[in-house]
Parts: sequence; structure tokens; C-alpha cells
Amino acid sequence: MKLVSFHLMPYRPLDLAEAAKHRSAWVVLPNQLYDPVKGAEEYARHIDALVYAEELGFDAIGVNEHHQTAYGLMPAPNLIASALIQRTKRVQIAILGRALPLVNNPIYIAEEFAMLDNLSKGRIIAGFVRGIGSEYHSSGTNPYFSHERFHEAHDLIIRAWTEPGPFAFDGDHFNLSYVNLWPRPYQTPHPPVWIPSQGSSETVAWASDPKRKYPFLVTFSSADLVARYHNTYRDKAREYGYEAAPGQLGWACPIYVAETDERAIAEAGHAVETLFNDFLRQTFEMLMPPGYTSMSSMRNFIAMRRGLGGGRATAAGLIDSGTALIGSPKTVLAGIERMRERTGFGILVALLQFGVLSDELTRRNMDMFAAEVMPHLRG
Amino acid sequence: MPAQLTELRVRDVTIKLHRGGQGPTLLFLHGAGGVPQWLPFFDALAERYEVLVPEHPGFGGSDDPPWIRSMPDLAMFYLDLVEEAWLDKVHLIGNSLGGWLAAEILIRDRARFQSLVQLAPAGIRVKGVPCGDNFIWGPEEALRNLYHDQSFADRVLALTPDEAQMDVMLRNRFTVAKFGWQPRWFDPDLEKWLHRIKLPSLVVWGDDDKIMPPEFAALWGERLPDARMVMVEGCGHLPHVEKGPLVAREVLDFLDGVRS
Repeated sequence: MKLVSFHLMPYRPLDLAEAAKHRSAWVVLPNQLYDPVKGAEEYARHIDALVYAEELGFDAIGVNEHHQTAYGLMPAPNLIASALIQRTKRVQIAILGRALPLVNNPIYIAEEFAMLDNLSKGRIIAGFVRGIGSEYHSSGTNPYFSHERFHEAHDLIIRAWTEPGPFAFDGDHFNLSYVNLWPRPYQTPHPPVWIPSQGSSETVAWASDPKRKYPFLVTFSSADLVARYHNTYRDKAREYGYEAAPGQLGWACPIYVAETDERAIAEAGHAVETLFNDFLRQTFEMLMPPGYTSMSSMRNFIAMRRGLGGGRATAAGLIDSGTALIGSPKTVLAGIERMRERTGFGILVALLQFGVLSDELTRRNMDMFAAEVMPHLRG
Repeated sequence: MPAQLTELRVRDVTIKLHRGGQGPTLLFLHGAGGVPQWLPFFDALAERYEVLVPEHPGFGGSDDPPWIRSMPDLAMFYLDLVEEAWLDKVHLIGNSLGGWLAAEILIRDRARFQSLVQLAPAGIRVKGVPCGDNFIWGPEEALRNLYHDQSFADRVLALTPDEAQMDVMLRNRFTVAKFGWQPRWFDPDLEKWLHRIKLPSLVVWGDDDKIMPPEFAALWGERLPDARMVMVEGCGHLPHVEKGPLVAREVLDFLDGVRS
């Protein structure tokens, strides 16, 4: 199994009580709540944690892009990736991902990834996402054209990476007379492309297409949903006439390992609750701006939310639903193995720091995961 | 006066059309909320006019052709409609997004139009004066911010929409985002052409409009060549709903002046 140590780089010193007075931890959370002195220290500690993952034997370290939020301090994840390249030797660096529709010229994304791929001598994994709903508020991008812009930007980037330049690109959203990338990517034909997603059926069908066979990462969902999306991908692949490989199915999940279940919950319970209740807190209008998903996906989402009701997530609930793996090595391993039996997935994206989890506990979690869980996943 | 619901086909697009009354043609262009019902305001006008209230492509029960992608596209569609339906000497009324649409139509071709009434139109902006963000507001908040008099909002909130109505609301919201999300509620190329609307115009605004700030009214007054301005006291973004009788009277007075 391919193991990725993934980080969101949350702003942990956030005054949670103050933040709760605002509509969301995204878009409208006043930036006066960000203290640059503390924030700078956060960057240093978070980067240390990612670099440490190489030492522990992870295959890849991962970062991602979010804007105008305390949830993650990486509006420009490629800057962090660049820093990580300088401090690591072997590990792959996964940017999971860049939000393609939010930019007005996707060539810059193609260029940046190509640069990183050269700087790292081919250690880059390029994630492509649409950005979450809130980012259509914070960037002003029209969600109605999100899918169109994503697909067009994707096509432009892949062509820029693979076709001899210069050539002209004629799109509906992007039009360029000269596409001629300097540098070209280091890897041939181009860095692997991964698709992190909340699991919309349109995205599954697109990613699993034999032309692409992009690994599909399901993020922050209950075990049942993860299994359902993985198996939707498998079914789709069979419809296309092939069997999805384990390396095409990924699962991104908060994980915490301690000596016993009790100790793990005592140490990480509060932190995982802050991830879901405080840092991820968004209104429906932010999460689902009109047009961001198809009308039918939106209807399903509304119905699902009605079913779930409001209310705060609890550590117990998150563990029960398999949204987070928190417990002894045996418990965590069993959760991973159970998913492997259900879906045959082959990429585990482990979020080993989440919410307000401290540096000390993050380090202990990483050590314990590497010592007690990782060896069993290598067999 | 009972209104009729009919269909109208323009090229490959079929739209729903509510109509009532007889007389000279009055074309009402609805705003972001679509046409959930025939309003008392339409009845008041229908006593002397043939009132046509189409549901724009992408709204309500009308088709949503993929080639209509912007407000200028929608304006060109309506110029086709007016021609194909043989409408002439049309009095045009628009509210909010519909007011924006009316202006986009008239800067392109005003030949078949006789007058313009704008009810809190979108379409232009005053830098430094933000519109209300009804995309980020929750459903109740968005509804309350439509009105000055909250009893209007209370009455709507007391109703539970059925699945079909929910679907229409969702559909309308998608279409509104298509046209109005970015730039928010205006077309950067509209204001500079408003001088072309050489028609008698009436601009009506609620003084407590929380979506289109009343500060925008003065700019419309400056840019339209022949505009009468009415600021309605104690009124929100839907003057024809919240102050229906008063606004109907203003509109009829204005139209009398145009015809005489």
C-alpha cells in the first residue's frame, strides 16, 4: 500500500470561542484573528512534521490548497512543496491539489508543477481539484462554470505538459496563442495526476475513464461512503472494460494511534472534533454554491443533510462511522484492513495532524503509526 | 382578473408565459425569484394593459438552452422573442435581474419599445457601495432581506414548499448564479451605453433595499436620458410586491404620460 503523510496546516492558535461567533471559519472569519508571529511558527512546525514523515518511511508527503480560512494555511501549496523539496531527498511530494477553475490562466499551474517536478527531479504528484464551494465565494469564480473550467484547464495543462510547443489552445474559457512550456516536466509523460474528491458521480466517471485512469482519493467521509465511492469507481472501470488497480483508489482519513483505544481517544478526541466542528465549519450556502454540482447531486446533498440533521460531530461518532481512525495500532490497522477487504484500495492518505492536535502528540502519533501500523501495510 | 399560463416558442426554446388583461403590451421581466405567482400588481396593470410575464430561459418551467450563457445572450433572446411574437410599442418593466435585462435589451435595440420602468434594477454598480450578498445568506436571512416589512417574509416562511417548488427554486438559483455571480450583479459594459435608452423612463426604488442599495438609483437617474425617479419609503427590494398598489399607481400615471 502506498502511504502518504498528509497535512492541512491548520491555524491552531485560533480563538475557537471567538471564531464561533462568525458565520464560518471560511470566507468571512476576520483575519484579525490571525497572528503572524504565531502563524509563522505554525508553518515551521507543520513543515517539520511533513519532513519527518520521510525519515519514518512514508512514500509521499502531501499538502493541499485552501483559501481564506483557518482550516488550512496553504492558499499557495506549491510554495510549501518547494520548501519541502529542499528538505527531503527521496519522498514523493503530492499537491492534493491545485484548484484549477479558480485561476484565469491555468498555464501558470502547468508551469509551477513543471518547475517543482524539475526541482525535485521527478518527485511530484499533481492533484487536480475544483476547490470547495467556499472558494467560489472567496475567489469570486462563478460556480456555474466550475466543471467546464476544470475540464478545460485540465486539458490545457496535460497538453502543455505533453505536446511539443508552441501550439495554440482554443477553449471557451481559456484562449492562448502560444502554449510553450519552459521548463517541461521532469517525469515522462508528466507527473502522476491524482483526483481528490468528495465523490460526485460525474468526477468518478471522468477520472476512471481509460484515457486517464487517475487515482481517485475520497476525502473525509464515513467508511460506508468511502467504500461506496471506491466501488462506484470499480464498477465504472468495469463498464469501461478494465479492472481498477489498487493504486487507483485512495482514502484520505484522520488517523491517530496510541497504546490503547482509551489513550488514543483521550489524546486526539478533542482535536478531531475541532477539525470537523470548528475548522471545517461552513454553511450550506458556502459549501454548495449554485452550479458547483449538478442539480441532481445538489438534491441528493440536500436530502442527505436533512437526514443527518445539524449538531456537532463527536469523536465517538466520527470513530463509529469510520470517518476517523483513532485507537490502538490493532484498532487502526483493523479499520484499514476492513476497507481494503471492502474495496481493495491501495493509497492511504493519512492525516496525522488534525485540528488543534499539538506538535508533541502529532510526533508521537507519527512514530507510533510508523512503528506499529506501517509494517503491516507493507506486506 | 384570471391570468393565463401559455407557452411561447422562440427558435428552439420554449418558455412559459403568464398573461392577463387587454390593451397595449406591457412586458414584465422578473428578477432572481422567478414567477412563483401572478401578483396583485399585475392585476392592477392588467386593467388597462395586456400584461405579459414570461419566465426567462433557465427559470421556472422554461427551457434552459446551453447557448444562453450571459445577460447579453438573454437580451438577444428577448429581441428575438419580441420580433417573433410581433410585439410592438412595448412598455418594458423589469425588477432586479429583470431590470438589468431590460437595460441590456434596450441598449441593443429599442425600436419596438415605448417606455421603460425599472424597479430596483441590477446591472450597474457604484464603486464602494456593495450589494447585499444573497448567495451567502441562508434561506430565511435571504428572504427577510428582501423586505422592509417583515410580515411579508413571515407569510412566505409560514408556507412549506413542495418538491416541485423546491426544484424550481433550485433551478432558478443555478440560473441566477450563471448570470449574476461574477461580476456580482452588474455588467461592466452596460453603464456606458445607458444613454442609448432614449425612452421615457421611470425608476422606482425602496429606501430600505438591502440587496440593491438605494444609492444606485441616482446613477440610473444620471445615465438614463429621460428618467423620473421615485423613492418609496418603508420598502425593500420588491416595490411591486411590498407596495403594490402605490407602485401600480405610479406606473399607470407614468404610462398615461407616455401615451398622451
